[in-house]
Amino acid sequence: MMPGTATRALAGALPRFSVLALILLASWLAFPGYFDVTVNDGRLYGSLIDVLNRGAPVAILAIGMTLVIATGGVDLSVGAVMAVSGAVAATLIADGQPLAVALAAALGAGVLCGLWNGILVAVLDIQPIVATLILMVTGRGIAQLVTEGAIVTFVDESLIFIGSGAVAGMPMPVVIAAVLAAAAVLLVRRTALGMFIEAIGVNRRASVQAGLNVRVVLIAVYVASGFCAALAGVIVAADIRGADANNAGLWLELDAILAVVLGGASLLGGRFSILMSIVGALIIQAMNTGILISGFPPEFNLILKAAIVVVILVLQSPQAGRIAAAIAARTGITRRR
Amino acid sequence: MTTRIPDAGMLNARPFNVRLFNAGTLPLVATLAIFALAYAVCVVQFPAMLSTRVAANLLTDNAFLGIVAVGMTFVILSGGIDLSVGSVIAFTGVLLAVLIGRAGVHPLVAFALALAVATAGGAVMGAMIHHLEMPPFIVTLAGMFLARGMAFVLTTDSLPVEHAFYATLQQLYWRLPGGGRLTLIAGVMVAVTVAGIILAHRTRFGANVYALGGNRTSAALMGVPVGATTIAVYALSGFTAGLAGIVFSLYTSAGYPLAAVGVELDAIAAVVIGGTLLTGGAGFVAGTFVGVLMQGLIQTYIVFDGTLSSWWTKIVIGALLFGFIVQQRALVWLSARRPSAGSAT
Repeated sequence: MMPGTATRALAGALPRFSVLALILLASWLAFPGYFDVTVNDGRLYGSLIDVLNRGAPVAILAIGMTLVIATGGVDLSVGAVMAVSGAVAATLIADGQPLAVALAAALGAGVLCGLWNGILVAVLDIQPIVATLILMVTGRGIAQLVTEGAIVTFVDESLIFIGSGAVAGMPMPVVIAAVLAAAAVLLVRRTALGMFIEAIGVNRRASVQAGLNVRVVLIAVYVASGFCAALAGVIVAADIRGADANNAGLWLELDAILAVVLGGASLLGGRFSILMSIVGALIIQAMNTGILISGFPPEFNLILKAAIVVVILVLQSPQAGRIAAAIAARTGITRRR
Repeated sequence: MTTRIPDAGMLNARPFNVRLFNAGTLPLVATLAIFALAYAVCVVQFPAMLSTRVAANLLTDNAFLGIVAVGMTFVILSGGIDLSVGSVIAFTGVLLAVLIGRAGVHPLVAFALALAVATAGGAVMGAMIHHLEMPPFIVTLAGMFLARGMAFVLTTDSLPVEHAFYATLQQLYWRLPGGGRLTLIAGVMVAVTVAGIILAHRTRFGANVYALGGNRTSAALMGVPVGATTIAVYALSGFTAGLAGIVFSLYTSAGYPLAAVGVELDAIAAVVIGGTLLTGGAGFVAGTFVGVLMQGLIQTYIVFDGTLSSWWTKIVIGALLFGFIVQQRALVWLSARRPSAGSAT
């Protein structure tokens, strides 16, 4: 890697980490025991661990969403896909199927949903926001079809372990999110795949002219997003020991998109960073947890969220960049004088 | 039926877009045909559905959705999207309940205040989208959080609205032949739709919105006031969301911060089923009206049937969305091919 790109990456990461640190600091001021981490039964406990654990599903969604947004698309269906995969896993486990079958079927359902989205976007050439809207509306209906309208509960220990177990002290969802993130980063940054994705996001037509198989890459990206959503859905279902087709993953597509945007990716496509998107997901969760434990009325949660989103977006907007550049240029001139 | 008006209006208001004209009217015709067919199927199965009573209830039950969908049509025609409308409906309902119930303000004053707040909120979002060059999707997402959050701050419970004036408004209706009752809110929905049709096809503002959605750069070069139009479009959407909130409040007699969750999706679905291109620039307010009625019809059918579960509504609407989107895609593809074939020869 060139030294220049490393500095630029660091400069991009700095504001996100400062926002995260600021939120953590504010939470600590409101709740002095915030940074305490204790070990109980070989498992870590504490508010920070809680942020990681609760943030894991959105972080997993954000991994897939980052790739989709980098191609200039968006995947609105991830919340509904979570409901579908949770419903499939819970129904199969409740029927007495082994864990492997339930997991394979649930993740397979997510891949199928992703494939459907990918074909609509890449082959039929439908706008991503519209193409994924179809599954967003239909997905919950399908999930209810699977669970026959009921909330399916289960007692299978192996599936519950995915939601609330722990490996080496860390909660299982965090471990899964970390492994998936590492795999995704290696896949897109150690191969040319990341560059292909950025190329499509910057200029799809030029990518076609350059001989890139745009259709295959696009379908792969939506399949990856469907897979991530299915995994997040299984984790959420395993955590609450049941599948709720109406509420599982409700509005999480918006949190996932927000995480990616907070991570500095443009909704128009191009430049992306999976790690920064995960930081974005952690910012959202740190905010939620901070408001809850600080004793602030939870009614203010959404308002604060909206305010922080607006502030970060204004800072990132092209107009603010231009103003900042103008100020920098002026101070540069005065300094030279 | 009011849906015939724009066919003539289109030709006059948009002579510059003759190429899209054919591709543009076909989705509307298809929507109307499918709605007529669906209604016919319903009537064959349940003859009772062919009554002004059912038709009037169809309008009353979907009045708030129909009103908000008119504003959404303009936003989508301009090439944008507004995710905040569902939350604005809930916020308006809660605001009315608090103003009338706790502060003792007369409902009419409360209505005016609520409409002003909702319209101003929309205008602010439009200004942010235009001046900060931020994607409408994210700006209106923040607006969605903000409106829902403000509703929660006002109250976390469902507040009843009890006022003599409310009761009077709720009991107003116009008796249709056959025993149907066209309620006040159904009348408001029809009036807003007609006003929307006139605004879209007979005014300069409407032409500007179509031009903006067709191509932003060429619209600016033609002298369309891009900034003012963008702000006005989102202000209009805020206004219709506020009006829908008032209608929803009259319909339910309560303000509840968790009300109208997901209405923005229903509105977008109604616009798409009504034949408006989600890329902007082509579509009809009248089509949206039919799109709203189509969703209402599916729900009515499920109620009449009694054995079907409510989740079939979502699946059928999803299937309809898919059908209409693919049809639009095919039409755009065909109309894009025709001129290029012409220029090649």
